[in-house]
Amino acid sequence: MSLYLLCFILFSVGLYCIVRKRNIIKIIIGLGIIEYSINLFFILLGYRTRGRAPILSKDQEILNMVNPLPQAMVLTTIVIGLAVMVVVVSLAIRIYEKYGTFDITKIRRLRG
Amino acid sequence: MTLLTLFIIIPLAGTFLITLLGRRSKNLSDYFANCAVLILFCLSLFCLKSANIHGILTYNMSGWAPPIGIPLVLDGLSAFMLVTVNLVSFLAMIYAISYMRRYTEKWKFHALFLSMLTGMNGVILSGDLFNLYVFLEVASISGYALVAFGTQAEDLEAAFKYAVMGTLASIFILLGIALIYSYTSSLNMADIALSLSAKPRGLLINFTCVLFLAGFGLKAAIVPFHAWLADAHSSAPSPVSAILSGVFIKTLGVYCLARVFFNVLGLSGQLFYVLIILGVLSMVVGAFLAIAQNDIKRMFAYSSISQVGYIIFAFGIGTPLAILGALLHLFNHAIFKSLLFLNAGAIEYSTQTRSLSKLGGLRSRLPVTAGTSLLGSMSISGIPPLGGFWSKLIIILAAAQAGYFLFALVAVLVSIITLAYYLKFQNLAFSGTIKETLAQVKEVPLTMKLAMIILAGISTVAGLVLLPGLRPFLQSAADVLMR
Repeated sequence: MSLYLLCFILFSVGLYCIVRKRNIIKIIIGLGIIEYSINLFFILLGYRTRGRAPILSKDQEILNMVNPLPQAMVLTTIVIGLAVMVVVVSLAIRIYEKYGTFDITKIRRLRG
Repeated sequence: MTLLTLFIIIPLAGTFLITLLGRRSKNLSDYFANCAVLILFCLSLFCLKSANIHGILTYNMSGWAPPIGIPLVLDGLSAFMLVTVNLVSFLAMIYAISYMRRYTEKWKFHALFLSMLTGMNGVILSGDLFNLYVFLEVASISGYALVAFGTQAEDLEAAFKYAVMGTLASIFILLGIALIYSYTSSLNMADIALSLSAKPRGLLINFTCVLFLAGFGLKAAIVPFHAWLADAHSSAPSPVSAILSGVFIKTLGVYCLARVFFNVLGLSGQLFYVLIILGVLSMVVGAFLAIAQNDIKRMFAYSSISQVGYIIFAFGIGTPLAILGALLHLFNHAIFKSLLFLNAGAIEYSTQTRSLSKLGGLRSRLPVTAGTSLLGSMSISGIPPLGGFWSKLIIILAAAQAGYFLFALVAVLVSIITLAYYLKFQNLAFSGTIKETLAQVKEVPLTMKLAMIILAGISTVAGLVLLPGLRPFLQSAADVLMR
């Protein structure tokens, strides 16, 4: 239970970072944190205490095994997260070239 | 049916080939991309026909049977969405042949466009929740890059805002999928629906509903989540705006919302009411924000929020008639909003400005743009007998039939406000005497005219799909949701 709670705290830290921080880089870090918390949550869903990897072999039978499907999904979300991160960071670099600042309150040319 | 994989393979292969070969030759990417979308459009028409005959068609990826494997599912609703998406993409691509000459590195646009199309087709066909999420991200990430395509300061700012909001939305959706998986131990949509119907409806399902509502609502720009849309859709190049506003927010937002709520989770009474309230809020707020705009594309973007409000409102009513109206309005809006964005692009192409106060008297110089945009504007404001009139009529009738008289009245009033701001656009851009700075303006090239004329034609006759002969197009889609 405490693990789930920690996972939730990590989620909240990431959300706070996205909503409250003014620096673009910190917002991007917040996105990273929130994504890790979801990945952790996914892994926890499939976790069994003292569980083993479910590898099929002839001479032994595994009774207590970890669910491998969430792990496969987390691998996918990590790759997706990487792609998002690449796009967002490259946007941040170009924004810095144009505006000369990372402060989100000063990057305000769009109105209405 | 193996054919279904082509909807993902063709645009994905196009993306790869264009990235490999695009820089070698100037026009190669044009041919590739246009061929790809043309084939996809023909395939989608064929799928519409076979979905009508067979009902539901599935393809199991790599031969694993569901619920273990990942199926691609074609039913009435997916066929309807496939036709809408691929039709609009095809016409936007034709338009882009001339329009994108303003930009350098055109092949990057084509590659990103096709990968966005891969994502949208995948979302529509996927029968597996996690697979839906993956395709949703494929489409979204290409979307962020396409919004920033002009790399002006404003484009980058809009794209960053959009990327942060979009990623947050995806994370809510992913969390919802994780909770559903932990509750039902399955990711297959049909399987989840089956095992949920056997279990009591607990707090967890309601919480998941809220997460999906926030996630897909952010993607569809329903009102409390609408802040990114106007910036993103007005900053993107015009063919991209047409796709984003015309089909992108509907595929990723409205379609997913309808699919997950109606077919997977099952709706409860309160949730219907939440959808109605959000829909009416979007209608009103979007319309009032649109009136005050001076930038043409920003006005259209806010108008999109208002029109998506109509669709969400109709889904919230939930009667068969309302669902039919929602789907017809979805189709209509895809057609006339992409037409209007292409018109805005044509105005920008020939006059280099989007500001209404700098335009005036363009009717004599841009006759095709003026004519098609008049049809589009009248259709979106619901003037009979154009397409938009019929969908709004059905939605308002359904609202009155279900006893929501107040909301039906609001829908009528919003329709009048819509007429007001489209008349403002017509008046300021096309009527009156021409300004001296605009005297040398020339009409846009042939391919751009062609795309606009076809869209205007479809938006004029869109009401005909209600006729008995063409009715299965909508009815089979509505039946999927009412099952």
